[in-house]
Amino acid sequence: MLGPIRIMWMRQIKEYWRSKPRLIASIAQPTIFLMALGFGLGPVFQQAGGGDYVQFLTPGILGMALLFGSVFNGVSILWDKQFGFLKESLVAPVPRISLLIGHSIGGATTAVFQGIVLLPVSYFIGFRLDSLLFIPLIILFMFLISFLFSLLGISMGAKLDDPEAFPLIINLVIIPIFFLSGALFPINNLPDFVTPMAKLNPLSYGVDGLRGTMIGSSDFGIVTDIGILLVVTFILLVISNYLFEKLET
Amino acid sequence: MNAIEVDSLTKIYKKFTAVDNITFNVNEGEIFAFLGPNGAGKTTSLKILTTILQPTSGNIRVNGYDVLHKKNDVRKSIGVIFQSNSLDEKLTAYENMEYHAVLYRLPKKEIKGRVNKLLENVELLDRKDDLIKTFSGGMKRRIEIARGLIHTPQVLFLDEPTLGLDAHTRAFMWEYIRNLKENNNLTVFLTTHNLDEAEKIADRIAIIDKGKIQTIGTFEQIKEITGVDTLEQAFLKLTGHEIRR
Ligand SMILES: Nc1ncnc2c1ncn2[C@@H]1O[C@H](COP(=O)(O)OP(=O)(O)OP(=O)(O)O)[C@@H](O)[C@H]1O
Ligand SMILES: [Mg+2]
Repeated sequence: MLGPIRIMWMRQIKEYWRSKPRLIASIAQPTIFLMALGFGLGPVFQQAGGGDYVQFLTPGILGMALLFGSVFNGVSILWDKQFGFLKESLVAPVPRISLLIGHSIGGATTAVFQGIVLLPVSYFIGFRLDSLLFIPLIILFMFLISFLFSLLGISMGAKLDDPEAFPLIINLVIIPIFFLSGALFPINNLPDFVTPMAKLNPLSYGVDGLRGTMIGSSDFGIVTDIGILLVVTFILLVISNYLFEKLET
Repeated sequence: MNAIEVDSLTKIYKKFTAVDNITFNVNEGEIFAFLGPNGAGKTTSLKILTTILQPTSGNIRVNGYDVLHKKNDVRKSIGVIFQSNSLDEKLTAYENMEYHAVLYRLPKKEIKGRVNKLLENVELLDRKDDLIKTFSGGMKRRIEIARGLIHTPQVLFLDEPTLGLDAHTRAFMWEYIRNLKENNNLTVFLTTHNLDEAEKIADRIAIIDKGKIQTIGTFEQIKEITGVDTLEQAFLKLTGHEIRR
């Protein structure tokens, strides 16, 4: 099972690395976001007495970059359907879950790479890590978030057929996930009826975990964050495995 | 023993019946050809036999394993070369072959030698590190043929294997397959439009049209049943039209 996981993982990484436009865009987009929001909204936030917005924002933008970077990996399933390569994988004598896991780890690896590149960038807009010792934990959170959302993207890719429609549908799903995660503004200031949605949103725990490890401020506690991310990942793994087993071309 | 047993297979897409209650067996070590015009249901049947498409009804066994309930055993024992593209354009020729070798559990230290050997056989060894998207149609086909032969299955499924293939690669492929048949008792299920090839290669032929098997037998038997001299005439008589390529 390890061989298939590894070869699928390598495939995702090679294809990411070989497409320079994709590589550049995937790093430029969150960088622009971070700069624009950090420089633009920071002073407003501070005047309103909200503390240091850059410290608050950076983990959120990091969460955003991981979310977008990983969910969009699902689109490659659609291209594999379109170009026929999927047949080669589906007819192979390997448990499909190994292909699924390899694909997700691959997607997660590229997303985490984007996240890691963002860290030095954030230094320039004035972000300071609470402690360098937490870097391994930060990377762990990055990976948990990315793996979870890669699975989400791949599940959606397994269900959909039209690569043109995929980004539109994906946006429909991830924009609410993003805004209701506390990435840009704290969830406890939200109106009462949205709070439960934010609490059900796995990205809320991801962003909370990133804040906990990056600036030492967490609402739920890091252990809860990890626990919930793992449980949701497990559920998604079961769902996407089911969808993968039913895939046909 | 029968390598392939198909009993009353039907496949209905939405409302359209692509395969209509077909029944046939293929013996172990036999080369069996599905011959039929476009849209006859050849690819649909082949996808069902190779476990990647769900039949609407019917019982199918490949190497004794039920294709619905023993998918993984079926997959372990077969090799498939598809009609439509099945390469990853963003990987190199070598990487595509390596991907296959790993999924089919070739021992790690044998992979490189085996892949290089087959690439040499289809005369693409010097292009092994080029991305597939830079290959011509026929070159892609050659890679698919080479890839399909990396592992040695008990039953090999070939969907229009020689379509778009040059004479040289075609000769290599049939030579290679004949060898496997003789030495390893390989069974081959192939679909083709090429009447000469069916006549030369296949032990038995099934002529299929509109989802139904019109006739089945050796070349001689088919000639006898239809009372004509050539496979082409038999084909015309049974399907009512020229073979469409
Ligand atoms: N996914 C699908 N959805 C609906 N109809 C389909 C689908 N795939 C194939 N068909 C239909 O089923 C019929 C049989 O198709 P199939 O691909 O099996 O033909 P074939 O014998 O392989 O033809 P060819 O010689 O052109 O390859 C055709 O009429 C085709 O339009
Ligand atoms: Mg076909």
